[in-house]
Amino acid sequence: MEIAIKELTKTFKDRVAVDHLSLTIGQGEFFALLGENGAGKTTTIKLLSCLMEPTSGDAIMLGDSISENPQAVKKKLNISPQETAVARNLSVKENLEFIARIYGSDKKEAEQKAEQLMDKFDLKDWAKSKGRTLSGGLERRLSIAMAMISEPEIIFLDEPTVGLDVRARLDLWQILLDLKGQITIILTTHYLEEVEALADRIGIMHKGRLRALGTLDELRKQTGQAKLQDVFLQLTAEEGTG
Amino acid sequence: MRALTFAQRNRKEILRDPMTLLFGMILPLLMLWLFSMMAENMPFDLFTLRKLAPAIIVFSFSFITLFTGMLIGRDKSSSFLMRIFSSPMTAIDYLIGYALPLLPVAFIQMAACYGTALLLGMPITYDAIPAFGVLVIISLLYIAFGLFFGTFFTDRQVGAMFAIFVNITTWLSGTWFELDMIGGIFETVAYLLPFAHAVDASRAVFAGDYRAVLTPLVWVIAYTAVIFGTAVWGFRKRMRG
Ligand SMILES: Nc1ncnc2c1ncn2[C@@H]1O[C@H](COP(=O)(O)OP(=O)(O)OP(=O)(O)O)[C@@H](O)[C@H]1O
Ligand SMILES: [Mg+2]
Repeated sequence: MEIAIKELTKTFKDRVAVDHLSLTIGQGEFFALLGENGAGKTTTIKLLSCLMEPTSGDAIMLGDSISENPQAVKKKLNISPQETAVARNLSVKENLEFIARIYGSDKKEAEQKAEQLMDKFDLKDWAKSKGRTLSGGLERRLSIAMAMISEPEIIFLDEPTVGLDVRARLDLWQILLDLKGQITIILTTHYLEEVEALADRIGIMHKGRLRALGTLDELRKQTGQAKLQDVFLQLTAEEGTG
Repeated sequence: MRALTFAQRNRKEILRDPMTLLFGMILPLLMLWLFSMMAENMPFDLFTLRKLAPAIIVFSFSFITLFTGMLIGRDKSSSFLMRIFSSPMTAIDYLIGYALPLLPVAFIQMAACYGTALLLGMPITYDAIPAFGVLVIISLLYIAFGLFFGTFFTDRQVGAMFAIFVNITTWLSGTWFELDMIGGIFETVAYLLPFAHAVDASRAVFAGDYRAVLTPLVWVIAYTAVIFGTAVWGFRKRMRG
């Protein structure tokens, strides 16, 4: 059981956002999807989480097809969108409970899970604060906690650490490291040190296409560069190997 | 069950934004009071409470369209909708979840308007009981319009659309003047839209003229079904990107 992406393509009008993307992500793998602005990372995540229908191609998410059985796929995954998306007039606790409940928890279970996640993400002091009053970083933390509360088998984190303070970022890394191997994590980020610290494998997209795929060491060997930053720049250069 | 959880969230979201709510509550009451004072100096009976109050209640429902439309529009622009679109909720769950919390709001508006009309001197009759039932049905029309606007427009556009909508619903409904006073195309158009029918049904049921309720109510129900259906269709489409 794995995530098998086959020739996945999404076209907007005349712009190809994701171009015949094919790759396999193992169950429990921590996969980092890199690429410049507009490379197609968010669109890929939207396709894989059934928020958009692909123009062509398909992906089998732990046994279920995104185009044939999106409802089954949706039960397995959760997402922390690029823009933090929390309910403005609900408190931190209510936001968490709400997500737990629409994924099927009863009232009591939802309360317990909300408590656990507020603990994990250091949100206890803001339990009763409304979403609209949170600072950017707190909102981000809540947004990630909301993605985790349904205990998904696959989690998509679209630039989750934007705006987090140093401690919150390191705490999140630790949370993600603890989850490693248990659930499949697909992360996009522009912070390369994050990738070095967390990712099992890296995929680099450029203009909708997959430019490179492998572990950090493999990519280093492939490019002959030592630093991930240089690896990245070389692989996303215009005349780079396609 | 999911729909109810979602409805609960939406209820909190609406009730905790007291400004819009107050606006939608106080403005109709103010209109009721002002126009009923004018009635004494008018040569016609349009602004007498028994004609005015049933129409103003329907007018107050146009704010329900605003609340619903704004809520959905805001959920779209904050990508909150994207987050919950990736959950196992279905299109019907969403639309029930958005619509349900507006029913008690409609009920409070009815009660407030009717209560005010009584204070201003409208006589109490038993006809108010079936009238409340008919008004609940009419409120569904305005909820459906809210779902429709929220589905197809952004929260900013909903604000602009509402300005147009509220004008259409009042000018073409016979609330401020008799439609047959103008007649012609104006009246024809008004009766092709559901708003004049809604006001007619409301007035008829408050007057105890139950036979005159049915036809306009059929218009209202038919429009509700079509608008609701279109919203569901648009929503499904949006869910798939
Ligand atoms: N709804 C849409 N309609 C039209 N074009 C879109 C839409 N969504 C994305 N695009 C286009 O598709 C391309 C890929 O966008 P995408 O959001 O996937 O990039 P990204 O890799 O996530 O970038 P970033 O790092 O800036 O978040 C861009 O050119 C973008 O303009
Ligand atoms: Mg993006």
